[in-house]
Amino acid sequence: MQKKLWMVVALLLVMPGLLFMVSCQKKVAAQAPPVAKAAEAPKPAPAPAPAPAPMMATPAFMTDRVFFDFDKSALKMEAQALLKKKAEWLKSTANAKLTIEGNCDERGTAEYNMALGERRAQSAKKFLVDLGIDAKRITTISYGKERPIDPAHNEAAWSKNRNDGFVVSY
Amino acid sequence: MRVRKLLCGVFALVCFVCSASSSAAQDTTQYIDITNPFLRKIPLAIPMFKNVNGAAAEAEYSRKAVELMSGSLDFTGYFKILDRSAFLFDPQKGGVSATDINFQNWTVVGAELLITGLFEQSGDNIQMELRLFDPFKSRQVLGKRYAGSVSELRKMVLRFCAEVIYYLTGNKGIFNSRIAFVSTGSGKKEIYTCDFDGVNPTRLTYHESISLFPAWADDGQYLAYTSYKAGKPDIFVRNLNTKKETAIAQNGINITPAWVPGKFEMAATLSFSGNQEIYLLTGAGKVIKKLSSNRGSNVSPSWSPDGSKLAFVSDRSGSPQIYILDLGSGNESRLTFEGKYNTQPAWSPRGDKIVYTSQVNGFQQVFVIDAGGQSPMQLTRDAGGSESASWSPDGSLIVFTTHREGPYRLYVMTAFGTDQRRLLLLNGEQTNPKWSPGVFN
Repeated sequence: MQKKLWMVVALLLVMPGLLFMVSCQKKVAAQAPPVAKAAEAPKPAPAPAPAPAPMMATPAFMTDRVFFDFDKSALKMEAQALLKKKAEWLKSTANAKLTIEGNCDERGTAEYNMALGERRAQSAKKFLVDLGIDAKRITTISYGKERPIDPAHNEAAWSKNRNDGFVVSY
Repeated sequence: MRVRKLLCGVFALVCFVCSASSSAAQDTTQYIDITNPFLRKIPLAIPMFKNVNGAAAEAEYSRKAVELMSGSLDFTGYFKILDRSAFLFDPQKGGVSATDINFQNWTVVGAELLITGLFEQSGDNIQMELRLFDPFKSRQVLGKRYAGSVSELRKMVLRFCAEVIYYLTGNKGIFNSRIAFVSTGSGKKEIYTCDFDGVNPTRLTYHESISLFPAWADDGQYLAYTSYKAGKPDIFVRNLNTKKETAIAQNGINITPAWVPGKFEMAATLSFSGNQEIYLLTGAGKVIKKLSSNRGSNVSPSWSPDGSKLAFVSDRSGSPQIYILDLGSGNESRLTFEGKYNTQPAWSPRGDKIVYTSQVNGFQQVFVIDAGGQSPMQLTRDAGGSESASWSPDGSLIVFTTHREGPYRLYVMTAFGTDQRRLLLLNGEQTNPKWSPGVFN
């Protein structure tokens, strides 16, 4: 299982890289908005505490969430695209630190979900580190299924609740 | 500890009321075989007690005692408590001992067991003589006298219930046990405890964070749990007497503590290595050794009662399944093969069964399986789902949390899935129940 997961992660890592190398930059930009939109929808929830006024405002995409399939911690294509954007910004903002919060939907059981949430946060961290971000700048925390952003009991809510949240600090 | 000794001293539960017939009880056949799933409920008559002084206050305490006894014995699932209005008996006129009882009055209403009480209250003092009879054999099988203060009424009645269950099943029962659980009544997940029957709910933590996964040590003196009170999931070990806590707060997650039977040691999932592994720890949190040996998630350990095996959850097959680690050989074998999502194993106190949670049609349901992996059986089937099952210390009952009413509530059922009922009603939602060992006085 672990080996397979590793291969999937590796493939997912390499494939989009190749794709983006040959395709034009516009495509990346064109892809970003829907991701951002999907992430914004569930956000009546309180915004992460604002950091003490940095010189430059944190762009919104830095706190956009990435989403996962049920019982999975592998990063989907949209997630990778968003994480690349985050990586670029982190490279240009050397004093910024990132906390990645792994979350799960309510259908699984709490104990296993706490482990799954950690693996989701670690997936995103590993992706960023592989893109050259210093691991020391990134902390992960799992909230399991304890912090749903949509409390409803339906697929629409569950798909939002399976995510990594991001908090930037300086 | 000192308080407990004091209490034990104050209410002296006394001697057999009639030792001759009591000793005869030892060679009777066992009335209740608690391993029998098709158990017939035994018709039990508990008439109102005979009150010695006849004062109104005494009658009120006496009525409370009868109702508590009926409710507590009914709770076990072994009895059909007979309707008092059908009784051909006036407790104030009739006698309470074998020579004074007309057993035909009881066999005619179908009572296979009868409990009588002689009740006296004056000021703060209560005295009770409680007797258990087998009307069809026309004899007393158990007799006890209790004396204590008014505030010890519940304790005295439950002591007698425990004697009754011990006599009938050969097992000490559940009446000294407590249940730890998580409740959101305050708006946050905090750890609570209550008596076996849901009475006396008590809030244990005030972290105003997320606190969950309580686990009792075998001696009932320590409770381990997981809390985000320091910002991430760490394990806290609380001494329930001194209220002092030690933290197990390595990097990553520190979750799902499970005490080793009979030891001040526990298994728990820690991820400081980068993998989510199960470790054996001292009660103070020092790593003794790593127990799991597979990459990926290893969570929710549960010990066999002899401490030789550990059930746990691993996702090594691609979905969460339950595995058994044999500590002697180091072998790990998969226990569950039906279903794609099996978690939350809990080993039964007799060691023969493991109760767990399996996802069926998108909802979690409670299952039980032989510890050898045979005959998985679904115990809950409600819309909304049920999970987090935990055995009573005698293995006769299972407490779990269920979504069937909407908010999560604690329910209790027999080990065979029958008699499912709500344990208690509190504000908020109640989850993660863990039944204590039966060691409380």
